Amino acid sequence: MSEVVIVDSGVANLASIAGAFRRLGTTAVITADPVVVRDASRLVLPGVGAFGAGIAALRAKGLDDAIREATVRGTPLLGVCLGMQLLCEASEESPGVTGLGVIEGTCRRLPDTVRIPHLGWNSIRVDRGATFLTRGVAAFANSYALRESPRGWTAAWSTHGVSFIAALERDATLVCQFHPELSGAYGAALLERWLTGRSATTEPAPTDVPGLTRRLIPCPTYKTAG
Amino acid sequence: MKGVRFQNLRDAGDPAEQAARYEAQGADEIVILDVAASAAGRATQVETVRAVRAAIRIPLTVGGGVRTVEDARQLLAAGADKISVNTAAVEQPALLGELAQAFGCQCVVLAIDARRIGEAKRWEVLVRGGREAALQDAVAWAREGERLGAGEILLTSWDRDGTRAGHDVELLRAVADAVRVPVIASGGVGTRDHVASAFAAGADAVLAASVFHDGDDTVDGIKADLAVRGIRVRR
Repeated sequence: MSEVVIVDSGVANLASIAGAFRRLGTTAVITADPVVVRDASRLVLPGVGAFGAGIAALRAKGLDDAIREATVRGTPLLGVCLGMQLLCEASEESPGVTGLGVIEGTCRRLPDTVRIPHLGWNSIRVDRGATFLTRGVAAFANSYALRESPRGWTAAWSTHGVSFIAALERDATLVCQFHPELSGAYGAALLERWLTGRSATTEPAPTDVPGLTRRLIPCPTYKTAG
Repeated sequence: MKGVRFQNLRDAGDPAEQAARYEAQGADEIVILDVAASAAGRATQVETVRAVRAAIRIPLTVGGGVRTVEDARQLLAAGADKISVNTAAVEQPALLGELAQAFGCQCVVLAIDARRIGEAKRWEVLVRGGREAALQDAVAWAREGERLGAGEILLTSWDRDGTRAGHDVELLRAVADAVRVPVIASGGVGTRDHVASAFAAGADAVLAASVFHDGDDTVDGIKADLAVRGIRVRR
């Protein structure tokens, strides 16, 4: 498998995503060098935090142009969580800030009728024609999301108060509002399909109940030397 | 029976191995609360986080002695996805906003140890591992913490922690009604009924330690039971 280049904008927590690729037997290079990003054979754009801060961090290092150039030349790209949002045109979170514009649309705040942030595992349903994406349950941590399917992409959906875009794919590019690196076996299989280009063996979607599931959280007990 | 979790600390084995086992059983998330964390213990804590992160593919929350944005940054770099703060947030509430600013509110968990005052529906906030009463109103503190930047509340009933007598559902309901962020119920799980009752009272998640560690129940066992009761869980 080819190596992946993970964009280090300084605002993301990279340990989980790098660990996920290493677990799949792939070399993960973490870089903030625009030249390395532009020439990557596979590119990963992670991110947590606010939209405005994320764009500012990319611009400060010249990474915004490098990412756009890579997408123009067709480099397989994975965007995760804020990384997906940064690829859109804008976000209600940071009005007036221009996104990378690779994906048409503006991210909107999830409605006030539900708990925000949207934390935990939610059902994924997928439009016809997807290669990488399958139905399942994935781990989210977001307050903003795209609500409409942009032209030219195949969409996966979740529901939290409203239907929103859980993920999009087009050619070799996959962007996920959820965290595939934190989504157990479902996420690992998705990352592997993105890496290898193998398509999912899809079955007819059953009528999954939409919405967040209730979480059960074990707390390992141990004593520290400190 | 107060503070059983903190006073009965035992050398309970490898947290990474436990975490991996829980993930295999269907755990949705792992929380590690290193109550012994201090400046001297930080390096140990970071190593533990690194080991647990390498062993699991689900979200990891880490807490214990986090006092600054830099403390949080170290734990996130080691593989934590969310940071839990307790005493430091009470003593310097601005920390919640600083953490939210740096990492996003989805990364900031406010842990509240609440103890009932008398018979009324009132709870005070304890800090320093339950050794000190700090604030008069746990429900108001949850609301204030949300306003300051917390993206989730980890709510522990000090009266029930370690007792296996079930959650303080009145506390849980009061906090779940007061905030718009998700609430994790902690302290008191002994039976499957307790877990179902916590969800019925408005919890988004239930945290438990000893019931799993002592092998009295399993994550998949509890989830199967919840599913039968019509509560949606990932399986």
